[in-house]
Amino acid sequence: MSEPKDKFGRRDLIRKGALGAGLAGVAGTAAYLATRSARGGTVWQLDPERCIQCGQCATYCVLDPSAVKVVHAYVLCGYCDLCFGYFPPGYEPEAGFETPAAECQLCPTGAIKRRWIEGPHFEYTIDEALCIGCGKCVKGCGAFGNGSLFLQVRHDRCLNCNECSIGAACPAGAYRRVPADHPYLLKGEDKKA
Amino acid sequence: MKRLATFTIVLALLAAGPAMALERVALPQFKGGYVRPQTEVPPPQAAFYDYLDMTVFVGALAAASFLAIRARSRRGMWWLALGSLAYFGFWRGGCVCAIGAIQNVAQGLFSSGYIVPPAVIAFFTLPLVFTLFFGRTFCAGVCPLGAIQELVVVRPLKVPAWLDHALGLLAYVYLGGAVLFAATGAAFIICDYDPFVSIFRLLPLRHTGDSMEALGGSANMLVLGAAFLAVGLFIGRPYCRWLCPYGAILRVLGRFSKWRVTITPEECVKCRLCEDACPFGAIRRPTEPLPRGTRLIERRRLALLLVVVPAVLAAGAGLGWWLGAPMSRMHVTVRQADRVHLEETGLVQGPDNLSDAFYNTHRPREELYAEAKAVQAEFARGGLLFGAWVGLVVAAKLIQLSVRRTRTDFEPDRGTCVSCGRCFAYCPVERERWKKGAGGEMKS
Repeated sequence: MSEPKDKFGRRDLIRKGALGAGLAGVAGTAAYLATRSARGGTVWQLDPERCIQCGQCATYCVLDPSAVKVVHAYVLCGYCDLCFGYFPPGYEPEAGFETPAAECQLCPTGAIKRRWIEGPHFEYTIDEALCIGCGKCVKGCGAFGNGSLFLQVRHDRCLNCNECSIGAACPAGAYRRVPADHPYLLKGEDKKA
Repeated sequence: MKRLATFTIVLALLAAGPAMALERVALPQFKGGYVRPQTEVPPPQAAFYDYLDMTVFVGALAAASFLAIRARSRRGMWWLALGSLAYFGFWRGGCVCAIGAIQNVAQGLFSSGYIVPPAVIAFFTLPLVFTLFFGRTFCAGVCPLGAIQELVVVRPLKVPAWLDHALGLLAYVYLGGAVLFAATGAAFIICDYDPFVSIFRLLPLRHTGDSMEALGGSANMLVLGAAFLAVGLFIGRPYCRWLCPYGAILRVLGRFSKWRVTITPEECVKCRLCEDACPFGAIRRPTEPLPRGTRLIERRRLALLLVVVPAVLAAGAGLGWWLGAPMSRMHVTVRQADRVHLEETGLVQGPDNLSDAFYNTHRPREELYAEAKAVQAEFARGGLLFGAWVGLVVAAKLIQLSVRRTRTDFEPDRGTCVSCGRCFAYCPVERERWKKGAGGEMKS
């Protein structure tokens, strides 16, 4: 303590005033932001309507493999025999076989499983442990099919970084914070009702 | 053949319009009792961690303040810093942190419709409140970036005062830039250029199955982090002192704190051991009375400075306004508009990801150009303010350097001191006091 205790000088006044003003400012800022905050917190999600399947979701996530995975809206799926999310462009399947070899699949990791249901209809399910979120299947399905495959941030994996690295790199601006109690932007939700 | 026909129809459809939400293929009606599976939606794990983080954060802040002000324990502070490094650094991956929270707050204040998560508000405001009461105890024991630098200080060299003061201004410039880019929604530069986060993420503690970014996209940042640590061997806390934008705020607030670290409550014997012990150049010497002539000269210099302050501000503002256009290229809309315009005029060929993303929206180009113009105008205004801020910082520094303070003892500088506690741990008077039973860490 350099100043004598009994003397309340000009410096003390400035200091006390600034302390009070600082506290008021911090409290005001916090209160203002809190009124506009989401009660349960927020998480990152990508809007499938804006996504252009550039492939950066697979590479820019801080996790390897990425926290972004392909998600299937079964209500939109046409259960096509010749699925453009499953087979590479120009592929002509031979009649009669069910699961083609990996080199005949579009997915680089073979994460999409194909199962015959009835007639010409096949079900496509996703093995998320294998999916790397590259979006190749999404592009194929969106270009020639119903667009029932789309990318989503999977919240069992996402670390919810303050700035999503993929979001910062996304050319389509598809990433945004959403309230944690509605953490997905799913396609085909209107079809369910 | 039938397939080929479908294919042609599909192609025709594709050419006709937007690719979104088309029912090109009829939805099948299953007769065999097949039920479509539900799309799985795993819930976020964030909420629990948010509350845990906030609890640990408040606990660590309280502990750091207690150790610095009340217990006066350097050893305790060291262990606390180690714990914070382990939890906030390596376990939580260095995110979210108070430093980065500046950007969320800036964006939350300046752009409508941006949600600031509650945890981020807590991380931003709590250290400010604690600093106003106890000084920068957050820097000493809670911040993982401070802690990792604290651990590597082995042979600190004295940095000349002029260099220390000059480099210290960088933090305020960085702060201004971070606020500008966050408020305009362009980028979170503090997160992008965080030197230590890639080091924290080398250990995949929470996601044992995955490797976090280590050598992938962030090799440059890893090298930068290693460089900071290498410099940190000889210069105490280089990031905290000269770059940390949150430290810049705390430096100002710390000057007005209600309580703060003192070297000893007893009489100073002016042995200078505290000055030698402080690796951050935060100990100020007692002042000597100046001859009257010198004081007059100093006063005149101060008066002159006060007169030129508006000129410094104006110069800064002009420079910032001029920098607005190049800085606006950090914003994705401006880059996108540039790219689309280049493609429109035929200067570059074919869509890249950025222009493809725009064409995918099927909006007219003019709309994008207008948006980019608006962003550029925002950057011109923001750049003006940013420049004025830099001018203000320079002016404030000059004024601060020319205002005389009288000190009778060695004292920690109110702003620069990070409350690490080395000074009282090294003070011989303080050691005597502890031996007499005043508590502290000299238990043995």
